[in-house]
Amino acid sequence: MAAGQHTTSLRTYALTRLALALPMVWILLTMVFLLMRVAPGDPISAALGGRLSQEELEQRREAAGYDRPLIVQYVEYLGNVVTLDFGETIIDNRPVTEVIRQNGAATLELTIAAFLVALAVGIPIGLLAGRFRDTPIDIAGRLFGIVIYAAPVFFLGFLAQIVFSQWLGWLPSSGRASPEVSFELESTTNLFLIDSLLSLDFNAFTDVLSHLVLPAVTLGLVVGGVFIRLVRVNVLQTLQGDYIEAARARGLPERNVVWHHAFKNALVPVITVIGLQVAFLLGGAVLTEQTFNWPGIGSELIRYLNNRDYIAIQGIITFFAVLVVIVSILIDLVNAWVDPRVRY
Amino acid sequence: MRGDRILAPIREARGVPRWVLWAGIVITTFFVVLALFAPLISPYDFDEYRTASGERFGKQQHPSADHPFGTNVLGTDVLARVVWGARTALEVVILAVFLSLAIGLPLGLLSGYFGGRLDRVLVLIMDSLFAFPYLLLAIVIAFLLSDKFGQGVGTAAIAISVVYVPQYFRVVRNHVISVREESYVEAARALGAKPRTVIRRYLLQNVIQSVPVLATLNAADAILTLAALGFLGYGIQPTDASEWGYDLQRAIADAGAGIWWTGLFPGLAIVALVTGLTLLGEGLNDVLNPVLRRRPIQAVVLPERPSRLPAEKVGV
Repeated sequence: MAAGQHTTSLRTYALTRLALALPMVWILLTMVFLLMRVAPGDPISAALGGRLSQEELEQRREAAGYDRPLIVQYVEYLGNVVTLDFGETIIDNRPVTEVIRQNGAATLELTIAAFLVALAVGIPIGLLAGRFRDTPIDIAGRLFGIVIYAAPVFFLGFLAQIVFSQWLGWLPSSGRASPEVSFELESTTNLFLIDSLLSLDFNAFTDVLSHLVLPAVTLGLVVGGVFIRLVRVNVLQTLQGDYIEAARARGLPERNVVWHHAFKNALVPVITVIGLQVAFLLGGAVLTEQTFNWPGIGSELIRYLNNRDYIAIQGIITFFAVLVVIVSILIDLVNAWVDPRVRY
Repeated sequence: MRGDRILAPIREARGVPRWVLWAGIVITTFFVVLALFAPLISPYDFDEYRTASGERFGKQQHPSADHPFGTNVLGTDVLARVVWGARTALEVVILAVFLSLAIGLPLGLLSGYFGGRLDRVLVLIMDSLFAFPYLLLAIVIAFLLSDKFGQGVGTAAIAISVVYVPQYFRVVRNHVISVREESYVEAARALGAKPRTVIRRYLLQNVIQSVPVLATLNAADAILTLAALGFLGYGIQPTDASEWGYDLQRAIADAGAGIWWTGLFPGLAIVALVTGLTLLGEGLNDVLNPVLRRRPIQAVVLPERPSRLPAEKVGV
């Protein structure tokens, strides 16, 4: 952008972006409602049918308002979501927000740790592979990226459990902490790593950390495999740019060209694409949680699915939908902040 | 002649793309052969747990001569499960890719060509679907469908294709939009070609080229999605067919007892097939995509140097 020309301010961009996200949220919510409520009939008899008498079922249906027309329920559902009320589970009468608060912390801890692992793996390997295209480094890096991506999280998890828990006995293979630690740990944030630090309990900290290593590395490696590819392709494209050629023509040492001109620019678009991987990360988290018995939202979702608790499923899915849209907005804002060209 | 032209880039490929492509072709073919000839290759049926004389195989037996990959917790042969699993995987994935193409391609063509309100609505819906964690979407669809229709190949394929329709839609639509204003399309319109003709003769022909790469890469991804569904218990009914993801779910419990063979082999099968398909897709992309394609530097054969002409003849 030439100096003096007016670029949209970041605030205007943020507001526009937000306004554009609203229809998407609405569509997602509508789809969730249609899928979860229209398809199965009523949630009460789906979850409790056979366990309660016909009369009791009828009573609970009325109490929950499922005998009203669908359109009324739909409007109510939208209204509830706006006030962040995601409903109450049928099988154990927990508000879904409570499920998210209690188990969400476990998922958050896992996904953040995994994301860090993914960045630590993906960016260096991707940069090197792109820089040294078609050399053995590139081939090894690409192959690693492809094979690791081809490995399901639960298979890597299975191997990790066999090798590091069974054979070597280094790390625990399931749960977030040893029973005595999780019993004694004072949970303020529900993020066990932070809780144990706050209570200055070093033993608890190492115990929690050792439980986190295998799940986080497993999930992180898989996501890192995707990062390798993205970073590599971006480096390749950037290295073909005219300004790279210009820098070389000015006689800059190749090191400087690559570091200052190519890598930095290659990483800007990566922010967006890495942001898109949040959805992938969440899906992977569900599988990782199942593999390592990690008590996160994913594990809870599967438990409610198995119990056919449609309201719990609807609530959790709704939460994920809203979360993904919020994250995508944040990513776009970061991107607009870094690179003014993307603003509207 | 036409086939010749289509295959030409593959033959011309050199260097790394050539190796990538061939590795992909070999691995994928291996699994297709396993799938097609499973009854001949596999030593037992996928749910067989007794020898012909009625003797049980035994549960979680170490690999041995009779059972090279051992037996699992259900007392069935792991090698048989792996071989038959290839058949299930390919059945589901072929069906899923076909379904997503059948829906995504026409929608993308129409949306890209006509634009307007239809386009905006479709883009919004597809983008919403695309933004959603795809595995969760597949699980929920598989869960709802299995409630009504049971857990079969069809249910799994539909659940998976819901995930991929938005991808085909996006790619096709964006391609159509970039091609729509080309002069040859404009010329066809100026000659009075109906939208139907323009779409079929000019746009489809052009857009279809990006399908093989996308379909191969999606197939790789779909194998993983199927395995994930199986792992979570929403894949194929275990009594109906052998499925690698389900086997891994059962194997996780074995890991605590140090039993490695029940999970290792199905897992390796997934890794190998997905790697094969990915290599095939990436190889095709490197070879077919003109932006990435690197032609070999062709040696220029200079004509024989003419014997030196006397200077005076050149004329001064």
